[in-house]
Amino acid sequence: MKRIGLIVNPIAGLGGRVGLKGSDGLEIQQRAFELGARPHASDRATEALKCLLSMKSDLDILTCPGNMGEIAVRQAGFLPNVVGNILSDHTTAEDTKRAVKEFLNKDLSLLLFTGGDGTARDIYAAGGSEIPTLGIPAGVKIYSAVYAIHPRAAGELVMAYLREEAVLNLAEVMDVDEEEFRKGRVSSKLYGFLKVPYLQRFVQGAKAASPKSLFSALEGIAKNLFERMSPGTIYIFGPGSSTQLIAKYLGMKKNLLGVDAYLDGRLIASDANESTLLGLLLNNPAVEIIVTLIGGQGCIFGRGNQQISPQVISKVGKKNILVVSTPEKLNALKGHPLWVDTGDYEVDKILCGYIPIITGYKEYVMYKVTA
Amino acid sequence: MNNITAERYTDGKPNLRRFHQACWDEPIIFELGQPGQRGILVPEVEEGIKSQVGDPFKGISDSLLRKDPPELPEISQPAVLRHYVHISQETLGVDCNIDVGQGTCTMKYSPKINDQLARMTELTELHPLQDETTVQGILEIFWRFEQILKEISGLDRFTMQPGAGSAAIYTNASIIRAYHASMGELDRRDEIITTIFSHPSDAACAKVAGFKVITLYPNEDGYPDIEALKAAISDRTAGLLITNPEDTGIYNPKITEFTRLVHAAGGLCSYDQANANGILGITRAREAGFDLCHFNLHKTFSTPHGCGGPAVGATGVTKELIPFLPVPLVDFDGEKYYLNYDIPNSIGKIRPFYGVAPAVLKAYAWVMALGAEGLREVAEIAVLNNNYLLKKILAIRGASAPYAKGKRRIEQVRYSWEKLYEETGVHSDELGIRAADFGVHYWTSHHPYVVPEPCTLEPTESYSKEELDEYAAIIENVANEAYADPELVKNAPYNSTVHTIDHYPLDDPQQWCITWRAYKRKAQQIPA
Amino acid sequence: MSFKKVVYPYIPNSEPGVKAQMLKEVNASSVDEFYRDIPSELRINGQLNLPPPFTSEYSLRRHIEKILGKNKTARQYLNFLGAGCYQHHVPAVCDEINSRGEFLTAYAGEPYDDHGRFQSLFEYTSMMAELLEMDVVNVPTYDGFQAAATALRMACRITNRNKVLLPETLGRDLLSKIQDYLKFDVEIIMVKHDPLTGGMDLHHLEVSLTQDYAAVFFENPSYLGFLELKGIEITDMAHDHGAVCIVSVDPISLGVLEPPVKYGADIVVGDIQPLGMHMQYGGGQAGFIASRDEEKYVMQYPSRLFGIVPTRVKGEYGFGDVAYERTSFAKREEGNEWVGTAAALWGITAGVYLALMGPQGMREIGEGILYRSKYAQQELGKLTNVNTGMFQVPHFKELIVNFDQTGKTVADINHRLLERNIFGGKDLSHDFQWLGESALFCFTEIHTKEDIDQLVTTLKEVLA
Repeated sequence: MKRIGLIVNPIAGLGGRVGLKGSDGLEIQQRAFELGARPHASDRATEALKCLLSMKSDLDILTCPGNMGEIAVRQAGFLPNVVGNILSDHTTAEDTKRAVKEFLNKDLSLLLFTGGDGTARDIYAAGGSEIPTLGIPAGVKIYSAVYAIHPRAAGELVMAYLREEAVLNLAEVMDVDEEEFRKGRVSSKLYGFLKVPYLQRFVQGAKAASPKSLFSALEGIAKNLFERMSPGTIYIFGPGSSTQLIAKYLGMKKNLLGVDAYLDGRLIASDANESTLLGLLLNNPAVEIIVTLIGGQGCIFGRGNQQISPQVISKVGKKNILVVSTPEKLNALKGHPLWVDTGDYEVDKILCGYIPIITGYKEYVMYKVTA
Repeated sequence: MNNITAERYTDGKPNLRRFHQACWDEPIIFELGQPGQRGILVPEVEEGIKSQVGDPFKGISDSLLRKDPPELPEISQPAVLRHYVHISQETLGVDCNIDVGQGTCTMKYSPKINDQLARMTELTELHPLQDETTVQGILEIFWRFEQILKEISGLDRFTMQPGAGSAAIYTNASIIRAYHASMGELDRRDEIITTIFSHPSDAACAKVAGFKVITLYPNEDGYPDIEALKAAISDRTAGLLITNPEDTGIYNPKITEFTRLVHAAGGLCSYDQANANGILGITRAREAGFDLCHFNLHKTFSTPHGCGGPAVGATGVTKELIPFLPVPLVDFDGEKYYLNYDIPNSIGKIRPFYGVAPAVLKAYAWVMALGAEGLREVAEIAVLNNNYLLKKILAIRGASAPYAKGKRRIEQVRYSWEKLYEETGVHSDELGIRAADFGVHYWTSHHPYVVPEPCTLEPTESYSKEELDEYAAIIENVANEAYADPELVKNAPYNSTVHTIDHYPLDDPQQWCITWRAYKRKAQQIPA
Repeated sequence: MSFKKVVYPYIPNSEPGVKAQMLKEVNASSVDEFYRDIPSELRINGQLNLPPPFTSEYSLRRHIEKILGKNKTARQYLNFLGAGCYQHHVPAVCDEINSRGEFLTAYAGEPYDDHGRFQSLFEYTSMMAELLEMDVVNVPTYDGFQAAATALRMACRITNRNKVLLPETLGRDLLSKIQDYLKFDVEIIMVKHDPLTGGMDLHHLEVSLTQDYAAVFFENPSYLGFLELKGIEITDMAHDHGAVCIVSVDPISLGVLEPPVKYGADIVVGDIQPLGMHMQYGGGQAGFIASRDEEKYVMQYPSRLFGIVPTRVKGEYGFGDVAYERTSFAKREEGNEWVGTAAALWGITAGVYLALMGPQGMREIGEGILYRSKYAQQELGKLTNVNTGMFQVPHFKELIVNFDQTGKTVADINHRLLERNIFGGKDLSHDFQWLGESALFCFTEIHTKEDIDQLVTTLKEVLA
C-alpha cells in the first residue's frame, strides 16, 4: 500500500482566467470572483489523480477536507483519507502550512500539491523539503521548478516515482514579490528547494531514468573546474543544487541557498551579501564567479542570486564568470535563450550574446543569453 | 467472389494492412538441440600427420589446456538453419518494410546485384596480404571508387579504411590533431567546435582524440548561429566538425562563412557528410570550404546496413592533409595499382588492412549503375520525397516541424509531437512503438532531445509515392489513436513479435543479463 | 547533355508523371526550390564529371566481373598467409543466414520490430561468453584492433591511470592503431620478450610495473604464433600492482585452449573473423570485448550490450540495451568513447558458426590445427638451412619460418613460390628486423597433408 498526500490551494489560478495577475491576497480574490472566475485548481488536481486509477487498490490518498483536496480526490474516483480540518471556506496560506505539518508525520511516499508559486512557498516554509513533493500547476505565474508541466505529466511522474522508476531532483521554489509585481517591477527571490521526482524521458526520452548521468555530468563539471582553479583566486559560488554538488565534489561545503566564497579550498564567506562580496573584491583582484541556471526559466543573474549585484559583476568582469549546467537543464529550456536581469541594463547588455557554458569534463556549450 | 483489389480501398483510399509481424516464440538457441548432435563436421586430420606428430598438445602447459568444453549448443544443421530463419523473419529490414522511419540512417534500397557481385570468390577468397600482382582487380575497384568520391566532394584523396561513420569522424579528428602537432600548435589548439544537431559521434570522437568539445546550440530558427561560432572561436580552436544539412534537414546557408571564420583562426574544417543523400551532385565539400570530409557508404551509397555493420566511412582530405592519412593508400602508376605506405606523417593504422572491401565494391557498383545524372536524380527525388512526406505529416493532428517554418527541407525532417503529447499524454516513443504494429520503424532522435517529443523521418529516393502515402497513413492512424484512446497506444505493441518489455532490469546491475550464462546465474534471484 | 529521361529502377518516383504530380502536391515548380537555402555560388553547374554509367544490370555485371576477374584467389593458389586474417572453412549455413534480406538490410529498429536482430546478437554474445567463460560480451566492434585499443582505454578509465604495458612481439599494425588511439593521453611502454620462448620477459615486466600502470596486455597466441605459457605469472604481477590484465585471443583456439579468464585475465579481446567470415580482402573483421559481470567494467564499455528481459506477457521475453546511458548515443561527449555502426552482421554470422560447430566441433578444429601446424613445423624444419624453431614453445596456427641460412630473402622466396601458385607466409623482415629473414606461415583446417607436403616440396625446389 502506497500512501500519498494531496493539498489543493483552491483559489490558485483564480486571477488568470479573468485577466488578473496572481491570486494571493483577499482583495484580488474578491475582484476575481466578481469578474466571474471559478477556481479550477481542484479540477487540475483531479485530472492528475485520474492518471493513477490503475493503482487504485494499492493507493491511499491523504488529503484535506472540502475544497482543499477531498473534493478533487472524490471526483477522480478515489476514496479520500481526510485528515485535519479547515476553519472557513476562505482558505489561506496558514491552512496549507498546517496541513503540511500534519502530513509530515504520516509516512507519505510523496506529497502532491496544486497551486502556484505562493503555494510552493508555503509548502516549503512548512518543512515540505523533508519529503518528496510535486506540484500540479494551477496558478498563472509559475516560476518555481517544482511543478510538472501539466496535470497529466504530474500524474505520470507520480506513477513512475511510486514504481521506483523516477529519481528525486532538487528543484527551486521561487517567489515573485507581489507588491513589486503590481507596480510593474518584476523581482523574485529563491526561497528554497523541494525534492521533486524527475523522469528523464520527459526531457530526454531516454529508455530509463538513471541518476548516474546527472551525477556524472556534475562530476565532469567539477573536474573541469578543478583543472582551471588556481591558488590565490577567490571563487564565488551562486546558489543552486548543481553548484552545491559541484562544490561538494571539489571538497567544499556549500549551502543550497545563498552565495558562498572560497579561497584555496576554504570557505571564506558564507551566505554573503553584496557588500561582503564587494569587500572581498577590494582586497583580492583575482576573482571568478560560478553560477548555474536558476529556476526552470534559465535565468543566470537576477532570480535568486541578486547578491551578485551589477557592481560585483562589473568588477569581476565577464571573462571571469563561469556558467555551469548539466545538458539536461539546458535542454529543458527547449531552445529558449538564457537571460539576465541584474537590475542594471548596461551590465545586462555586457552579459548578452553567446557564452560558453561548462556542461561536463572538457565539454562546453555556446548558448545564447538575452536581457 | 468480390473484387480483391477493390476491397483494399475505402472511399478511394487504401486501407491499412492487417499486419502481424512474424512471431515464432522462438527459444534461445541454448534451449535447442540435444547433447551429441552436430551441425557440421570438421575436416579430419590425415593418419600420416597424426602418426608423425604424436601428441598435438605436447609442450602446452596444463594451465593452458582447456579442461571443460565450452557449453555451446549441440544442434543438428537443419535445426540451426530453421532457428536463424525464424529470427531473421522477426526482423524488419529495408528489404521488407517502408523504412523511412529511421531518419539520418538513409535506409535506401541495397541493390541485390551488388550483393551478388560482392559474393564472387574473386573477392571473398582474397587474402589482404597477397602479392599485389594477384589483387589488381580489387585494388582497381578501390582506386576507381576513390576517383568518384573525389569528384563528388571536390577533395583530393580518400581512404576507405575507417570502419563506419564514427570511425571516420575519429580519423578526421586524428588528422586534425596530427596537423596541428606538425605545426607545433597542438598544445595550444585543444578545442573542437561542433553543433548539437550533428551526430553525437562528432562530439564523442573529438573527445577521444583528446580535444575539448564546444557545442553550438542553434538560434530560434534552427540554424547554427554564426554569433555562437564567433564566440566559440579563439586561438585554441583546432577545428570544426559539422554536418550540413543537419539532422533536422535544414541546410545552413552561411556555411562558407563558418569555414572562413574557422580558417581565419587557424583551424581546420571537417564535414560529416552522413546527410549527403539530398545534395549529391548539387553542392560539394570543397566549395563550402572544407578540408576534410567523410561519407557513410552504408547510408548514401547503398551498401546494406547489416544490422549495424560492417561498413565503411570513406574519409577524404585536401592536398595539404594527404601526408597525415592512414596507411596505405591505393595508388596507380599508369600500369599497375599498388598499396602506398609512403605517407610521411601518417597517423598510422585505423584498422587491420585496408577497409571493408565488399562495401567498397557495392558502393562503386551502385554509382556505376547511376552515373552523374543518376546521382543527381537520387538527390532530387530524395528531397522531393521528403518535402512530400513533410506536407502529409504536418497535416496530422498534433504534429509539427520545429524551425524553418514554411521553408523546404533537404532530405529529412525532425518532427515534434509536443502538441500531441500535451493534448493526449502520449509520448513520441510510444507512438513509434505502436507504429511497429503496422510493420514500420520510427525513430525519435539522438539524445539529448533538443526538439521535444521528436521523430525523425528520412524517405530517401527508394520508396514510391504509394509507399510514402502508406507510411503517412500509418502515422496518421497512430496519432488519431492517441487522441481517441491513449491507453491503446501506450500499451502497444500488439501485433509485433513480442509485447512491451520490462526496461528496468536493464539499468540495474543486480538484474541485467547480458548473456545467457548471466541469465542462468541470476534468474533464480530475480523476482517474478 | 542527354535529354532522354531515364527512369531508374532504384528510384520509383523518377517516373516523370509521378514526379510532376508530387511537385504539384507540394506546390513546387521544380526541385530547385528545395535547394533555396544553398547559396548559388555553392551550386554545382551542370553535372559531376563521372564515368558513364552501366544502366542495365547485365552491363554492370560484366563491367565488375571483368575487373574482379583480374584477381587471383586462395581457391586458385595454395594460401599460407595469416597475420590477422585467416582462411578457414565458411559453413554454407553461415553464408545463407548473412545473406537473408532481413538481417542484411535491418539497422536500428526497436526491440519489437527488430526482435530477431536483438536475439541473434544476444545469442552471439552468449555463445562467445561460453567460449570465453565470461558473463559480459559486447555487440561487435569494428575489428580486433579496435577491441584491443578500447580495452586499453577501458582499463585506464577503470583504474584512473594512464600508462599501459604491451609486448614487443605485437604486430606492427596493431601497435600503430593503439598508438594513434592512445598516445596523446596514455603512455605506452613495451615489454621485452624472452628470446627462448617469445613470451613476455617476466623480469623486465617486474621492473617495469609500478602502481601507475592501468593495464598489462598480451596475446595468446601471439601475433607471431607462439603460445604464452606464463599467463598466470603475468596476470598475478599485473594484479599485484592494481593493473587490469587484458589478453587478446584467437577465438578458434578456444575449443582446446583455456579461456584467459581462467589464468587471471580481466578483459579478453580478439577478432571473430575466423568464425564464419570469408577473408574478403580484410573485409571480414569484427572485434569482441569480454569481461566479468561487474558494474565497474560494464559501465566502461563503449559498445551496445544487449540484455534479456521479460515482457508484460508471462513466459515471453524480449531484449533491450543494458545501461544505454553509458554510450555516446545517449550522452554525446560524456559517453565512453563512441558507439556507431560497426560489424553486427559478422557477429550474427559468428553465432551461427558456433552453433553449428558446438563444443565438439571447436575441439576438433583446434586439435586439427595443432596437428597440422606441428606437422608443418616438423616437415619444414627438415629442409636444409630452414629454421622453424625460433621459439621453443608450442604454436597455434602460425609459425615463424626463418630463412637466414639460405642466403635468400623472404621477398625473393615468396616471389618464386608465387610463380608456383603458392602464397607464402607474411614477410616479417621489415617489421621485426631482429627476426632476420623470417616469414609467418599459417596452417588451418583447410590445409590437407598434401597441401603442406606440396609447400615443403616447392620450398625445397625454390631454395635449391
